[in-house]
Amino acid sequence: MRFSFTEEQDMFRDTVRDLLADVCPPDAVRAGWDNDDGRVPGLWPALAEMGMLSILAPEEDGGLGMDEVDLVRLLEETGYAGVPDPIMEHVAVAVPALAEAGASGHLAAAIAGETTCTIALTGGGDYVVDAEGADLVVVERDGGLVAATEYRVEPQASIDRSRRLGKLVAVDSVDPLSGADPILANDRAALGTAAQCIGVARRLLDSTVDYVSERRQFGKPVGTYQAVKHHLADVRLGIEFAAPLVHRAAWSVAHPESHDVTTRARDVSMAKAMAADAVDRACRAGLQCHGAIGYTDEYDLQLWLKRGWALAAAHGDAPSHRDRVADALGI
Amino acid sequence: MDLELSPRHLEFRDECRSWLAANKPARPLRSMDTAAGFEEHREWERVLFDGGWSVPGWPASYGGRDCDLIEWLIYEEEYWLSGAPGRVSANGVSLLAPTIFNFGTQAQQDHFLPKMASGEHIWAQGWSEPGAGSDLAAIATRAIRDGDHYVLNGQKTWCSRGAFADWIFCIVRTDPEAERHAGLTYLLVPADAPGLERRPIGRLDGEPGFAELFFDDCRVRVDNVLGEEGQGWAVAMAAAGSERGLNLRSPGRFMAAAERLTELVRTLRAEQREIDPRRRDEVTDAWIRAQAYRWQTYATAARLMDGAELGSEASLMKVFWSELDLELHATALRLLGDRGELAAGAPDAVDGGRWLDGYVFALSGPIYAGTNEIQRNIIAERVLGLPRR
Repeated sequence: MRFSFTEEQDMFRDTVRDLLADVCPPDAVRAGWDNDDGRVPGLWPALAEMGMLSILAPEEDGGLGMDEVDLVRLLEETGYAGVPDPIMEHVAVAVPALAEAGASGHLAAAIAGETTCTIALTGGGDYVVDAEGADLVVVERDGGLVAATEYRVEPQASIDRSRRLGKLVAVDSVDPLSGADPILANDRAALGTAAQCIGVARRLLDSTVDYVSERRQFGKPVGTYQAVKHHLADVRLGIEFAAPLVHRAAWSVAHPESHDVTTRARDVSMAKAMAADAVDRACRAGLQCHGAIGYTDEYDLQLWLKRGWALAAAHGDAPSHRDRVADALGI
Repeated sequence: MDLELSPRHLEFRDECRSWLAANKPARPLRSMDTAAGFEEHREWERVLFDGGWSVPGWPASYGGRDCDLIEWLIYEEEYWLSGAPGRVSANGVSLLAPTIFNFGTQAQQDHFLPKMASGEHIWAQGWSEPGAGSDLAAIATRAIRDGDHYVLNGQKTWCSRGAFADWIFCIVRTDPEAERHAGLTYLLVPADAPGLERRPIGRLDGEPGFAELFFDDCRVRVDNVLGEEGQGWAVAMAAAGSERGLNLRSPGRFMAAAERLTELVRTLRAEQREIDPRRRDEVTDAWIRAQAYRWQTYATAARLMDGAELGSEASLMKVFWSELDLELHATALRLLGDRGELAAGAPDAVDGGRWLDGYVFALSGPIYAGTNEIQRNIIAERVLGLPRR
């Protein structure tokens, strides 16, 4: 029993954090709202070069051959930076599904960063992140997964302009992904979303701590008032106790030999339920503690507020995941 | 990261589980906050000690078995899952012992630790005063040096187990000229010291678990100072992390309560009672939070085993476990509906009214060991770095 990350895992996390701080600042996220593909220029190739896109691809396929425990905190960092690309969908779900199905051509292009993959899973609802911009959609249908390469999309506007949603209205060309498990894909998507929720919540907390330490009313920083302190202490509490469940769920997904599928589902759902509640609390407290400035379009807080709202519900909201835990508990 | 128990840890768990199954009392003991129940609990401490299970995390030379932190957490999980009695020794073992290990002289360690381990000395905490609750540094009880004794005058209150305990660990003011955190001293006081009068206070549950202590020229030997005279605040605070964090309330007790809560749902279903979907959601939420506390603790344990210290983060744990405990019991009472009100002894009381007892006890959690309001201030100022003024 040792519930901690290795120094190598810490270093990888720090490297990704530094890269994202450099390449994906709030201005770059905003720039993606209006450009053609909705992407942050230069980010995808940089992530490919770093190996981030191939973490869950086996070494014999040219990947890093790592697992979800290696990945989970990197996804937290993508939430922290507000990365708009379908990074979780690509890295955490599509790449391992392509690898497990032996779809080597699609896999090679995906891990090289030549293509972008997104996902359309039953647990994720009707709307697909970046369906128009992606080259391939891993679609769940008829109890299995397929790789859709030609499809038509009806765009749907999200409150988060970084999430270019679309509904798949027709799928014209698919390659079957036999060997890839749709239940596992759904668990990976929920886990990956939970990790991003943690990162978003941390960003909201850090930004709000900075703001209330500077903003003065009645002659002193508003962060000196207990009402504000207790809001933010509660945000910290939410993150503090959700993150270990997210890390524990990553271990469960990465170690199928140690438990059955019901336990994995339970662990993933505990993580998503707690992470969704944590980010929801961070959004509310973050906005409240900022006051009116947080309610503006120009202030960057809105990037994480809207991402938080979207991710709390994406791939199952807290009550639906608690429902799954209750089923696993037999109550 | 490795979340499997090693063969050694599995063996330890099995040994612990079998011992508890074979040795725990056949019937629930009477409340430890009654005179008779206190002695029953003391006898149980002795049984634990003779089996080597009263203080497994301590060195063998003081009656422990040198468990590492992971083993201790496993032991706690097994202990509470087994349904064994609450620990009347908890104040001493969880709160005082870490301070004695850190600051005690060799003679103090050799004298006090084995007696604490065996239940011969049951300890109570004498910190709060009528004028010093959350504002602990306002302590006014004086201890003036007179030869090789201190002469104590003043009053302590809300002293849990204080009515029946053998010894009391106090913070007193040895320098009346000094203010606030200065001039305080950590002093170990025998409950039978001349000039010490104890008056039990009935608690919310009606039992005399609390005591007021009145010191009237009470003489205590100077070799009962723990640490240096005048350093009481630093000595006390060095162990405050123990009180707030995992030493006092390991995840085991909440995991056991969460299991009993899911069992309650199954029992009610078996009685053909309908479970409101909102109640099911609340039960699940409480169960998940118990797991969250468990895994956060294992992550903390990994850091501590690497040499880190538990600082202000202990306040995060204190708020979380105390509010979790309330949630677990409040949820059970809602599940029980009108039977939730039934006290022990009522013919229809479920499980002898233990959910209600547990709820009343849980209500004290956000108050003792530093109120949750104080803890949230600590989280905001020392963990998040918000400005104090």
